[in-house]
Amino acid sequence: MTTLLTASPSEVLYKAASKAAGRRRSVALRRLPLIIGLALLAIAILAITFAPLLTSAAPNQIDVLNPLAPPLTPGHLLGTDQFGRDVWSRILYGGRIDLAIAFGATSVTLVGGTIIGLVAGYFGGRIDNVLMRIVDLFFAFPFLVLIIAIIAMLGPSLLNIFLAIWITSWVAYARIMRAQVIVAKKQQYVLAARALGYSRTRVMLRHILPNTASAVIIFSMVDAIGNIALAAALGFLGLGVQPPTPEWGTMISDGQNYITTAWWLTLFPGLAIVFVGVAFSLIGDGLADVLRPGDR
Amino acid sequence: MIPAEPTGPGVPAGPGLPPVEPGPPGQTAPPPDTELAELAGAVDEADDEEAAPVPDPEVAEAVLAPVASSVVGTPLLTVEDLRTYLATGHGVVRAVDGVSFGLAQAEVLGIVGESGCGKSVTCRTIMGLLPKSLAHSSGRVIYHPRGEASLLDASQNQWQELRGSQLAMIFQDPMTALNPVLTVGEQLLEAVNAHARLTRTEARARAVELLRRVGIPAPQRRMRDYPFQFSGGMLQRALIAIALASSPRLLLADEPTTSLDVIIQDQILSLLLELQQDTGMSMILVSHDLAVITEVCDRIIVMYAGQVVEEGRAATIITEPRHPYTRALLGALPQAGHQGELPSIPGHPPSLIDPPAGCRFAPRCPLVTDKCLTWETELLDTGGEHQARCWRHEEVARQGPAQQGTEVH
Repeated sequence: MTTLLTASPSEVLYKAASKAAGRRRSVALRRLPLIIGLALLAIAILAITFAPLLTSAAPNQIDVLNPLAPPLTPGHLLGTDQFGRDVWSRILYGGRIDLAIAFGATSVTLVGGTIIGLVAGYFGGRIDNVLMRIVDLFFAFPFLVLIIAIIAMLGPSLLNIFLAIWITSWVAYARIMRAQVIVAKKQQYVLAARALGYSRTRVMLRHILPNTASAVIIFSMVDAIGNIALAAALGFLGLGVQPPTPEWGTMISDGQNYITTAWWLTLFPGLAIVFVGVAFSLIGDGLADVLRPGDR
Repeated sequence: MIPAEPTGPGVPAGPGLPPVEPGPPGQTAPPPDTELAELAGAVDEADDEEAAPVPDPEVAEAVLAPVASSVVGTPLLTVEDLRTYLATGHGVVRAVDGVSFGLAQAEVLGIVGESGCGKSVTCRTIMGLLPKSLAHSSGRVIYHPRGEASLLDASQNQWQELRGSQLAMIFQDPMTALNPVLTVGEQLLEAVNAHARLTRTEARARAVELLRRVGIPAPQRRMRDYPFQFSGGMLQRALIAIALASSPRLLLADEPTTSLDVIIQDQILSLLLELQQDTGMSMILVSHDLAVITEVCDRIIVMYAGQVVEEGRAATIITEPRHPYTRALLGALPQAGHQGELPSIPGHPPSLIDPPAGCRFAPRCPLVTDKCLTWETELLDTGGEHQARCWRHEEVARQGPAQQGTEVH
């Protein structure tokens, strides 16, 4: 009570404002997830790029004398598998494939789905109807079943994994984008742009796309994790990259028989997936904050 | 800048003189044959040459060059029996129901009316901005420099050429009319480059000059700012600069000052008028505020429930309204020194899905009679280029300008 009486109104106001100012300063901290995520991803990319420098063993080289060697065995940092192949080396080289899937599969579906959603949302009417019914068709099947069916038809290979993902997962992007575009196209700046005689392509790409792309970009980060997990799942099912090519999911799958005796065969590839997954999800979180200033 | 126009029907009058009507704006009467023939021939010939080089690329040095020597009286735009029906979930909205008017070069026309009376839909129909799935239009919108073909039939490509370079529009809410993710400079440069081939430095020079012309201080620096860094008034100035980037000959201003405070309103109106006089472009100013309209316009159209209810010269309309609606609008204007509640018009505008038969204002009209409810309404000539959609217009005129005030302004 006394403090309330003694503090002048200006002091009270000042205190409240300086508290708020403190909160505002911490806005800079919101970029932290993005920075950490990018750093982790950079570490992963550097590691797989410079894999030959980080390990002397080739991924498929068999050390006959040392099968199922535990971690920290001399010459095998993370141990060896049942054929005596170096786990650390296989994780590094396998990462090339998993990250290739993360980027290659996701970027194509991101671009394709975004364009389709943009067109559907902007033009509306019949074009929208046709495109969205196609999208519905894909959503009608369980995603994994669809992918497995496609790969079963085409045969398991890296290219076919790409194809299966490209064919099936653009639909989510198209839907998200369409919803955003439908909101954005009613904005006055779109009307104003049309009133200036800009072409439809220009209105879509320069005025609508930058205002709507944040959602799909953020989603693509989640989707990238999903695609790595998918590749791993396919590898686990034997539909992924074929042995002896190293791939994280295949490694886990191969290691499951030894899980009680040689836990390192499954743990370390699993940790690699988690590492990259965390990196992508931090980037997604960080981007959400940076790209959507309105949500703060 | 603009190829010589056929010196139209009227006498080339001085800027202060009344513009000659391009054609009787009545619902049916077409312009007299001789005029039409003369116009059609002349304009058709001019059209070919004009199609391409109109947004003169050499404008860089002559920013906002005057249109020819302002041939006042030459028709620029003719709207004939324009109807725009909107397909909505509730039914067909007859948003614009038989609107006709003409606009001369360098003329400023005001369209006034309550919200939802079809003002904005009229403008957007003229600009071809309504989605085809939603809006169905009939009638004719003739932009004379382009020939006698109605704009309603223009293709997407033709529209893209016309919009911005010939017809431009500014919108009600400047806060949302600019793209939030691009800088003002980027958007202005885009508009400058849209209809002209300029080098980078030329375009930039013109953009800066445009911003300076609309009264934005430190234009070089402001080019780099994003829309949210501008105040409302400054944004509207920037939007005007963007609209005028390709020197259009007709500017449609759809409630350009509604979302601004009164002081800024006045500045923006003065700016618009000044630019209009400098460039000799024509302007259609839409507002629900009769005070704003009378301040700026040569001629006024009063709209009610999708129809024109009165049309005439600004001075005549405010001193001698001929339609009860106009009279009521005038009576509702705030006056300095007035005490107590402002008079308002009782009731609401009718639903445009199912408009009442007869006079659409009848349910709210103090002078309503039985005849009003069945009368096939039409615009009646009341003399002196003045028309009103009221058969009792003489009685209205006798009642004087407005219930309460002596004079508007």
